[in-house]
Amino acid sequence: MAEWTFANGHEIAAAVSRGETSAQAVVESALATIQTRDQVLNAFTDVTAERALARARSLDAARAAGKALGPLAGVPFAVKNLFEVEGLATRAGSKINRELAPAQHDSPLIEKMEAQGAVLVGALNMGEYAYDFTGENVHDGPSRNPHDVTRMTGGSSGGSGGAVAGGLVPIALGSDTNGSIRVPSSLCGIFGLKPTYGRLSRARSFPFVVSFDHLGPFARCTRDLALSYDAMQGFDAEDAGSVDRPVEPSLSNLSRGLEGLRIAVAGGYFRKQAYPEALQAVDRVAKALNVSREVEFPEVERARAAAYVITTTEGAALHIDRLRARASDFDPAVRDRLIAGAMIPASLVVKAQKFRRWYRDQVVALFKDVDAIIAPSTPCTAPVIGQQTFTLDGVTLPVRPNLGIYTQPISFIGLPVVAVPVPLKPLPIGVQIITAPWKEDIALRIAQSLEEQGVVSAPRPPLN
Amino acid sequence: MNDDVIYAWIRSSAAMLKLPLDPAWLPAIQAHVEVTFRLAKLIDEFPLPDEAEPAPVYEI
Repeated sequence: MAEWTFANGHEIAAAVSRGETSAQAVVESALATIQTRDQVLNAFTDVTAERALARARSLDAARAAGKALGPLAGVPFAVKNLFEVEGLATRAGSKINRELAPAQHDSPLIEKMEAQGAVLVGALNMGEYAYDFTGENVHDGPSRNPHDVTRMTGGSSGGSGGAVAGGLVPIALGSDTNGSIRVPSSLCGIFGLKPTYGRLSRARSFPFVVSFDHLGPFARCTRDLALSYDAMQGFDAEDAGSVDRPVEPSLSNLSRGLEGLRIAVAGGYFRKQAYPEALQAVDRVAKALNVSREVEFPEVERARAAAYVITTTEGAALHIDRLRARASDFDPAVRDRLIAGAMIPASLVVKAQKFRRWYRDQVVALFKDVDAIIAPSTPCTAPVIGQQTFTLDGVTLPVRPNLGIYTQPISFIGLPVVAVPVPLKPLPIGVQIITAPWKEDIALRIAQSLEEQGVVSAPRPPLN
Repeated sequence: MNDDVIYAWIRSSAAMLKLPLDPAWLPAIQAHVEVTFRLAKLIDEFPLPDEAEPAPVYEI
């Protein structure tokens, strides 16, 4: 059996489409890798082996019959366990939801990935109800960072980060409400895309904060992000937040380079509270892009505060019946934050929503003069699992809510971001490429250029 | 805010909302309530015109 671990998705798809290997061989390789390596990484909560093998055989039969296969032919992928997967209870990282009836259908994003030839191989670990930046889970155990298994993956899409970085699958899907794609991308040293709010359907996924919830892909290269993003685009009336726009493929523009792009570095707030490695990564990217201009997001500290307030209160509203009935079945760290959120007056939440509109207008205006803004993804590399506090600018703060200080003010207004990994030693760290609404293609172009220059890459972890 | 005020707020809110409140949870809940009010103050004190509209269903 050929070894396909750490092959990129587009390489697998090309090999399967040309008949150099079969989808079945690729999927068998992925399942074998998951079986062995996941005993340490704890990325998967469900492996859908039977389904995956049946799907792979059907792809191989289609090819044998002379049918063209999609651009993701035979590419194994997995999804955060808040996506509905037919036959599985959508646990969303919780103890309570795993008692739900099995889902009747896959989420539309799974259907769209499979329509292009990808093969679902399982569901992935996550922080309970996505209220998490660590990747830890009291019910299923922590996701472990492939670069150092004593360290956090970041969360809440922790299993998605670990599975891709660890070579278990080339592509995973996750969700990002305040940073849950970009934080694990940073700590695990992989690429992640949080598209514009409303771009990809959230239908048949378990929500957290509908004002901010996004879904998106993780991968070990930009091309795989673009391939999966293009596969998943399209309006969906089943998601109230879905925006009816035409599909805007990104792949054809991926290698257009940087010519004509105006890029700046985020200053002020985004240069504070960072460990040296976070700024080193940003500076390395800025140098490669020949960027010296700096811009400041207005009132960004208030934006982060407003995102925090809306998150804790909307989260509380979502879960209040479960808190009343089954408080002791929650992760205590999640329960205590949600109970506190239920106690915040509505007048403050409405003010936060009013501020959000004001902030959106100010930030979108910045993009009249620039096409992309570079900022750190996280203030530090991966903390040790169980670490409760860290020190940012001399102030000791809890890790769990503060790993997202740089991601939260961006998802707050739904801007698209590609998180790119800078392979620092001993641990990688991410940088955000932020663009104007609906300009994912520009962020992907910049990521591709950085990757071609060798400035960003998903480093292969040691496999013990 | 002193601890008595916060505890009174938490206990009253829990009673009004019919939320369970184990005494062992109180220190953590107090910390979260304090942080949230501190952050909400940043928004509360920011001047916005009366005509400013919220963005509950957000379109960018």
